[in-house]
Amino acid sequence: MITAPTIEYFQLAPLLVLLGAAVVGVLVEAFAPRYLRRAIHVPLTLLSLVGAFALVILQTIRGVPTSPSAMGAVAVDGPTLFIWGTILVLSFVSVLLINDEEQFVPSAAAVPGSAEEEKAITEGNAHTEVYPLALFAIAGMLLFPASNDLLIMFVALEVMSLPLYLLCGLARRRRLLSQEASVKYFLLGAFSSAFFLYGTALLYGYAGSVDLHAISQALAVANGTDTLLYIGMAMLGVGLLFKIGAAPFQAWKPDVYQGAPTPITALMASGTLVAAFGALLRVFWVALGNLDWNWTPIMWGVAALTMVVGSILAITQTDIKRMLAYSSIAHAGFLLIGVMAVGDAGQNALALSGLLFYLLTYGITTVGAFAIVTLVRDPGGEAWHLSRWAGLGKRSPKLAGLFAFFLLAFAGIPLTSGFFGKYAVFRSAVALGEAWLTGLVVLAVVASAAAAFFYVRVIVLMFFSDPSADGPTVVTPSWATSAVVGFSAFATVALGVFPQPVLDLAEKAAKTLFVQ
Amino acid sequence: MLELPWLSFLIGLSVVGAIVVAFLKNDKVAKQTTLGVSLLILVLTVVMAVQFSPNGDRFQFAETYDWIPSFGVHYAVAVDGIALVLILLSAILVPIVVLASWHDAEQGKRSVRTYFALLLVLEAMMIGVFAATDVFLFYVFFEAMLIPMYFMIGSYGGAQRSYAAVKFLLYSLFGGLLMLVAVIALYNVADKNSFLFPDLIGAVTDPTTQKWLFLGFFIAFAIKAPLWPVHTWLPDAAAQAPAGAAVLLVGVLDKVGTYGMLRFCLELFPDAAKWATPVVIALSVIGIVYGAIVAIGQTDIKRLVAYTSISHFGFITMGVFAMTTTATSGATLYMVNHGFSTGVLFLVAGFLIYRRGSQFIADYGGVQKVAPLLAGAFLIAGLSGLSLPGLSTFVSEFMVLLGTYQRYAVPAIIGTTGVILAAIYILWMYQRTMNGPTAESVAEMKDLNGRERWVVAPLIALIVVLGFFPKPLLDVINPAVKESLVNVKVTDPAPVVAVKEGQ
Repeated sequence: MITAPTIEYFQLAPLLVLLGAAVVGVLVEAFAPRYLRRAIHVPLTLLSLVGAFALVILQTIRGVPTSPSAMGAVAVDGPTLFIWGTILVLSFVSVLLINDEEQFVPSAAAVPGSAEEEKAITEGNAHTEVYPLALFAIAGMLLFPASNDLLIMFVALEVMSLPLYLLCGLARRRRLLSQEASVKYFLLGAFSSAFFLYGTALLYGYAGSVDLHAISQALAVANGTDTLLYIGMAMLGVGLLFKIGAAPFQAWKPDVYQGAPTPITALMASGTLVAAFGALLRVFWVALGNLDWNWTPIMWGVAALTMVVGSILAITQTDIKRMLAYSSIAHAGFLLIGVMAVGDAGQNALALSGLLFYLLTYGITTVGAFAIVTLVRDPGGEAWHLSRWAGLGKRSPKLAGLFAFFLLAFAGIPLTSGFFGKYAVFRSAVALGEAWLTGLVVLAVVASAAAAFFYVRVIVLMFFSDPSADGPTVVTPSWATSAVVGFSAFATVALGVFPQPVLDLAEKAAKTLFVQ
Repeated sequence: MLELPWLSFLIGLSVVGAIVVAFLKNDKVAKQTTLGVSLLILVLTVVMAVQFSPNGDRFQFAETYDWIPSFGVHYAVAVDGIALVLILLSAILVPIVVLASWHDAEQGKRSVRTYFALLLVLEAMMIGVFAATDVFLFYVFFEAMLIPMYFMIGSYGGAQRSYAAVKFLLYSLFGGLLMLVAVIALYNVADKNSFLFPDLIGAVTDPTTQKWLFLGFFIAFAIKAPLWPVHTWLPDAAAQAPAGAAVLLVGVLDKVGTYGMLRFCLELFPDAAKWATPVVIALSVIGIVYGAIVAIGQTDIKRLVAYTSISHFGFITMGVFAMTTTATSGATLYMVNHGFSTGVLFLVAGFLIYRRGSQFIADYGGVQKVAPLLAGAFLIAGLSGLSLPGLSTFVSEFMVLLGTYQRYAVPAIIGTTGVILAAIYILWMYQRTMNGPTAESVAEMKDLNGRERWVVAPLIALIVVLGFFPKPLLDVINPAVKESLVNVKVTDPAPVVAVKEGQ
């Protein structure tokens, strides 16, 4: 006799709401008349995100589950709930940015510059599929860090990534670049997924299970198949490090961030990074936690390389979106420091709360920065080239001032949220009291100083250079974009001056650690 | 003593003033408001200073609130004698700088009110950085105050302004970030879940740890001060900054470095400080001589003044690390006097440059005949730069040399050559610009107008008065320095001469 599996529907509700809304969105695409679609999609998407967020809050209030749900496949624990909340907030503001017809191609199937494209533009076509696709991606982002077994994690990875591959190719302007980004992301992403899957298979061979907790327990029993374990671990690592854009797997990031429509870039740079870090932490802390002696040296090298590559290559960039991509790489390097700061339970909670706080602050600032990028436009689309930003501080001081503020937050200047984010992670690393990790923190601050150079360079361009005669126009932001920029700026200040409430939340979330 | 939150009030007033000024539509009203706010702050600071009792508690006007309990960070401010005189220095310099910069911001067609709003933001942070008794809060002010100065140099400075501004910011940021690691480590090593300065005194006992943490703090302060060989940003920044900003940069911001050495490097890491003393004294002596020699060779007035400051900062760090009561008190007094002396030198140089439109010494000559008041002010300012007896800088320089000699005779003797070199760079600059036949380009030069006289007169009065009567300041500084040195566990060497006389 087979007993039906138990599913804790309430615990999974945020996920189910989003997936349900995405399916409804697909039905809307199929059945609603074209002129109504956008009017249905936007409220549907936003409401489902709000609903999911409310459910997360409700669950936090009703008490955090202490055991995995859905027969041990999904772990809705304290860190997961914090990560879910973060992803939902970041997705909500990113979707507000997506709500801009100017960003997406009227007909993705038409060859760039062809008659079909002309026709699609004159007919006023629009790819409203963007909304359900984004919802699927966001649902994948939620499941990815919550998966408690490697197979579910792989499914989540694909649910998250496949819509993003598509979304990257939908930019209205510079379509060839956008399509190139899409193909590049798809090929490299598929490659890394394959690594991840192979790693899963090898670990299954070692432990006889794909369950993270079972793998962790198998580590305690020597069974003479360590080769499987090490190769499997390395391959899983490649798959996960690819998603966060750590060096040497960072090559896709600048190209994809540049080519993708800017609202999608905002979604990837914030939401995907948070989700991928959550998954990375879960795999390395839960499944491979007892093996930290083996993976920390490699992670050390990866983190050091990532910070250095991100900070140094960013200096050579002349494109604002590529520069922000390299900045994101550098930040991934700083975050990796926290992954290594493992010790006893208290130390782990310290590191985890620091990481959670950093991810939140970085995500919010990133969305704000990309929102501003969407506003500075040339006749042919957004003005990406840095030289076009010269003198912006004179033409529109408020916009340039806000962007400068976001850049200072990236650089980690005190009284911005970025400072406390960095501080929280660095603190946990130094608290471990190991010279090798403190040394890495010193390297990180040196890299931060180098990174400050390219942030400051943009400020110099905007404020200290004279504007060119045919400078870009700053479009009047829609209510949605203004709201996004306003929210990001407010959060960056508030978390930079008075971070305690959110720190408390992160600490509470981290205290229970990941469930086993 | 009135139990008022004086320090928070001063900081808050500057911030509110800055916000108001930023939103004023009329530039003239903005300037007047800035002047009014800064004068009000000066008055309040003086009222506060009068209530300070030098022989009372070490830290007075203390306020402590939890800021970020998770990190053990407090909003804690208080002053001892050392911090008080430096806050007083800032409060005196800001209104003078406002008055001196009345027309500076208009040249580049940039926002005038932003410049004055930045000045007030900077004032808030200058008060905050000296008043902070929480190491983390100190760090926050230390880093955050770079930003207004960065915009003041970058937006309103000379031709090379953006290069100078970036160099300034990156140097300081680099040092600051190294200090951040040391701050975090200090917190963990002390293990008291608190960043309060009194909690951290004596918390680090392991000698090796002390040395590392000392280095983290010291490098930041050495860059800030600036000490040779990490001084290279200063001549660029000071030469490109508008005169008013240069005054605050060299007069106050750099003092944060020397103040930090005295307050944090010495008291938190006494053993490491003693371990590092020979090197620091050597660097200081090199700085004194090097700064003076390079100053002689300068062709640009503002760069020249900047290099003289490097020489003077050598004296200050030498005095701090000599760790005798006389030397360290002298160094603290020097911080104040140098602020006034360099301030007036930069401002008068600024007036000169504003009139002629050139920073190069070679473009001047015989100014004394067409603008005697300007030349006179320049001479007095210069003489205070070379520490002429009777002017305030002499007192402090003499104290530093005397105090250093008690323990380190040879460095003190080499340092004394700095006094001679100072005479060369100042008098030679004066001779080339003010004496001789009047150059054609300056023949039409106007003398100091009413506003400019009001800028120069208070500073010169202070320099002269403090030259003859430094007691009020020393009364406040001496007890504070003594208490600091008690924490460092040093005692003054016994005077050799006195023993002989007693036979």
